[in-house]
Amino acid sequence: MEIRTGFHKKLREIQDDILVMGSMVSKTIAWAIEALQNRDLKLAQQIINDDQKINNKRFEIEEKCVQLIATQQPMASDLRTIISVLNIITELERIGDYAEGNAKITIMIGNEPPLKPLIDIPLMAEKTIDMLNRSLDAFIKPDAESAKAIIAEDDYIDNLYDQVFRELLTFMAEDPKTITRATRLVWVAHNLERSADRVTNICERIIFIVEGKMEEISSSKY
Amino acid sequence: MAMISNLVNENILPKLETAHNKHKDQKGILEVQDLSAWYRNTLAIKHITMTIQSQTITSIIGPSGCGKSTFIRCLNRLHEVSHCGRVEGCVLLDDKDIYARDVDPVVLRRRIGMVFQKPSPFPTMSIFDNVAAGLKLTQFWSKRWELEEVVEKSLRLAAIWDEVKDKLGQSGASLSGGQQQRLCIARAIAVEPEIILLDEPCSALDPASTLKIEDLMRNLAEQYTIVIVTHNMQQAARVSDMAAFFMMASDRAGELVEYGITSQIFTNPRDKRTEDYITGRFG
Repeated sequence: MEIRTGFHKKLREIQDDILVMGSMVSKTIAWAIEALQNRDLKLAQQIINDDQKINNKRFEIEEKCVQLIATQQPMASDLRTIISVLNIITELERIGDYAEGNAKITIMIGNEPPLKPLIDIPLMAEKTIDMLNRSLDAFIKPDAESAKAIIAEDDYIDNLYDQVFRELLTFMAEDPKTITRATRLVWVAHNLERSADRVTNICERIIFIVEGKMEEISSSKY
Repeated sequence: MAMISNLVNENILPKLETAHNKHKDQKGILEVQDLSAWYRNTLAIKHITMTIQSQTITSIIGPSGCGKSTFIRCLNRLHEVSHCGRVEGCVLLDDKDIYARDVDPVVLRRRIGMVFQKPSPFPTMSIFDNVAAGLKLTQFWSKRWELEEVVEKSLRLAAIWDEVKDKLGQSGASLSGGQQQRLCIARAIAVEPEIILLDEPCSALDPASTLKIEDLMRNLAEQYTIVIVTHNMQQAARVSDMAAFFMMASDRAGELVEYGITSQIFTNPRDKRTEDYITGRFG
């Protein structure tokens, strides 16, 4: 017979809030790359303006967590969940910042002609979004095994980043006039690579919720 | 959480290891071996096995009716004073079974003192006489000044000396609830026990008095082994080094579900029943 129904209801609300924030971030990653591909400066500016909504959501969730800790004195897995939420919202907010960064790069690039069709960068974005969405599923269940599997997939993102970097380096070496454009694209790829790293941090917290152990499992190349 | 684990490992484990390694020289180690207790034919607690280390605070937690109070009453043979109370198994105090035939329960209860839920100073005695009562009964003193010394020391240890030093002649019942409970603690430690058992000592007290008693317990644990029964999980988490979770089994007898370092019990319990209880998914 559950006796702390009020508390657990509030905890579930916080978990739902994480899904909402995760969804906001996930869309922002996708839109930022769409804006880059289509040179959609209006969309890019919208992303920059909307970053504040992600920040506000983070503070809203943080406040709820603080209230729960102060008033309910959570224990065991509930405590681990709330502590993990406080970390996860930071990771999500930073991923949102990376997407905003990519939108700013789109504005910087403006209407410059593309160096080449974007292939690997959209792949990186797609994979990062997939990892993020699945990590949020794993958080709700919670499912440590899924979280561990997602961490292992970060190597794919790292390898794609390697590829992008080498390719753009070649462009720069062959034609110094491309350095500025190529460097900006390296930054976009770097932001996506860092986003995936943040997703692996989220997965480490999910493992902590389930198993009660906090350890660094992911070891990104970068 | 890694920081908390490290804090536990740095602060609690060395204390427990030191206590364990020195146990042959230290007083106040209780080893409970397969202890069961009955009220007439009703089994109240069953097959309890645990070791309570010297100079630690152990909290006994669990839902109502799971045998917590019965258990600690077995630790100083108060259970047998209950109507038709009997036990099986053994409780070793510094390697000697307290239920052995040659053990005098009255002498034992000087070594293992007890403080009850309701503050119970002797109402017809003064504050001084309340503390001295145990000493007088055991003829533990020979001169008045020796008695006065012990009474003052006990009241200081119980953190109430400054509040009562000018009114030692007044009735013990004239004090507030929190003060009365500290007076009872002073009375218990006046006879120099090795172990102090506390059965929900703060449940009748206001929050400020509760915190004072908790502070007092931490100080006393430097000299005594303390076992506390509490319904207040936050109190157990705040004050104890080790926590034992009891629960009623299907046969309605209380059993020990999990026993471990307090911080581990409250952050990452091993048993799902412990997890369910402390998170309020079962009560």
